Amino acid sequence: MMDKLILGRFIPGDSVIHRLDPRAKLIATFYFIMIIFLANNAITYGILTIFTLLAIFLSGLSFSFFLKGVRPMLFLILFTVLLQIFFTTGGKELFAIGPLKITEFGLVNAGFIFMRFVLIIFISTLMTLSTTPLSLSDALESILSPLNAIKFPVHEISLMLSIALRFVPTLMDETEKIMNAQRARGVDFSEGSLIQKMKAVVPLLIPLFVSSFKRAEDLSDAMEARGYQGGEGRTRYRKLDWAKRDSISIGAMALLTLFLFLFRR
Amino acid sequence: MTPIIELKNIFYEYVGEENTLALNDLSYQIFEGEWVAIIGHNGSGKSTQAKIINGLLEAKSGEVFIEGERLSVENVWDLRAKVGMVFQNPDNQFVGSTVEDDVAFGLENHGIPREEMLIRVENALREVRMEEFKTKEPARLSGGQKQRVAIAGIVALSPSIIILDEATSMLDPEGRNEVISTIQKIKREKNLTVLSITHDIDEAANADRILVMKQGRLVDEGTPEQIFSKGEQLVELGLELPFAERLKLALKQRGVPVPSEYMSEERLVEFWISNLKK
Repeated sequence: MMDKLILGRFIPGDSVIHRLDPRAKLIATFYFIMIIFLANNAITYGILTIFTLLAIFLSGLSFSFFLKGVRPMLFLILFTVLLQIFFTTGGKELFAIGPLKITEFGLVNAGFIFMRFVLIIFISTLMTLSTTPLSLSDALESILSPLNAIKFPVHEISLMLSIALRFVPTLMDETEKIMNAQRARGVDFSEGSLIQKMKAVVPLLIPLFVSSFKRAEDLSDAMEARGYQGGEGRTRYRKLDWAKRDSISIGAMALLTLFLFLFRR
Repeated sequence: MTPIIELKNIFYEYVGEENTLALNDLSYQIFEGEWVAIIGHNGSGKSTQAKIINGLLEAKSGEVFIEGERLSVENVWDLRAKVGMVFQNPDNQFVGSTVEDDVAFGLENHGIPREEMLIRVENALREVRMEEFKTKEPARLSGGQKQRVAIAGIVALSPSIIILDEATSMLDPEGRNEVISTIQKIKREKNLTVLSITHDIDEAANADRILVMKQGRLVDEGTPEQIFSKGEQLVELGLELPFAERLKLALKQRGVPVPSEYMSEERLVEFWISNLKK
């Protein structure tokens, strides 16, 4: 179940992309997703594709991870592409079945939409595969810190996030143990109708909730016992270092934007 | 000499459980450099009183003094910094995502500058022999190792008192020995006061003094020798006997004459050898 989910997983490595500052990666990823909408012809899409492939190559990660990243979205992609093919009008009419017409524009548009999807998934998969969840939450705190001015609880949110991330493996282990314990008492998690399956989840969820609350209580005691009083007056152990390569990566994004403006129709 | 911890007439009841006192007129004193074990059956108020000492719970009435200062709402954070606490469940007290983050958590809370933090984290991890695990995540550590990280988190803050709230009860025998010997070493080096709350009678046998609790009261107090020589009385309190005492009891039942005073395992062996020579 957990193996299929490639999004949100981290593959350790020591490439240029891995060593980039997480803030740079986060900003670049979001920026890339925004400027992808600037592309509107074959040349601009070509530039974006080359850029993405180059980034993947630099990360040293196997391409199969990225294909796996696309898989869960496949249905959505195909659905959108089909809609585009059949319901975009204009250009030369190529083919018609009753009211459904396939036009030149439709095919071109569908191709662009397809590329757009795949590129967005590739680039965001690249970010999560090459960055530890912890440094992502650090990056988020750092990027959001200007929001402190409008009394947005940045420290609390980032603490919540890092505790949540720290407990993911613990809770996964726990889920496994409870499932096994319930199986030993005869609960069947995979058989039966949908309703039966849903009912079988109850003896898994209730203990999991109870133990999560118990854990939260223990953790808050342990935090208080070690002097936690909230964000004020706290120093930070983890430090993010903005190096030259990070500025270069942002520069690459600017260059990309320039190219897109030059070659778009 | 002023005691480092003093409890005076502590009463406590849990919300929703009126008329059943979790702690009933509890008073005791602990002196600097002592290792004191608190034993008692489940629900005797052992853990509750530990939380009262560092202000996690507020007593209904009574006073707590730490290093001669009375614990109150104003100074709870200052006094809490003098008391380090290791809790029972190694998983639930691990705050950081990696070992070094967890050790640094307390330092971050106290606003220690980063350069000093790096040194202190390094030293604290060396102290508990966990420096090679510095960048590991908690999921990859054994229970005993997690507890040693928790101890490092406390050592980094250099408190004067360490409370072990059943810190070894969820560990296997090996992890238990690791944790106990780590604490013994640190106590020796830093002249700490250790208050250990335990079910494990062999752990209590290491203490300088044992306090026995029953239903929120202190029912007995003395050196391990004094306490364990009470033999069957302890069994009535729902406590186990240390191994040497159980052996003596079993020998007695088989008609072998044994001395009535408490003996550690070493002394029992000595006694046996000298008996055989006769």
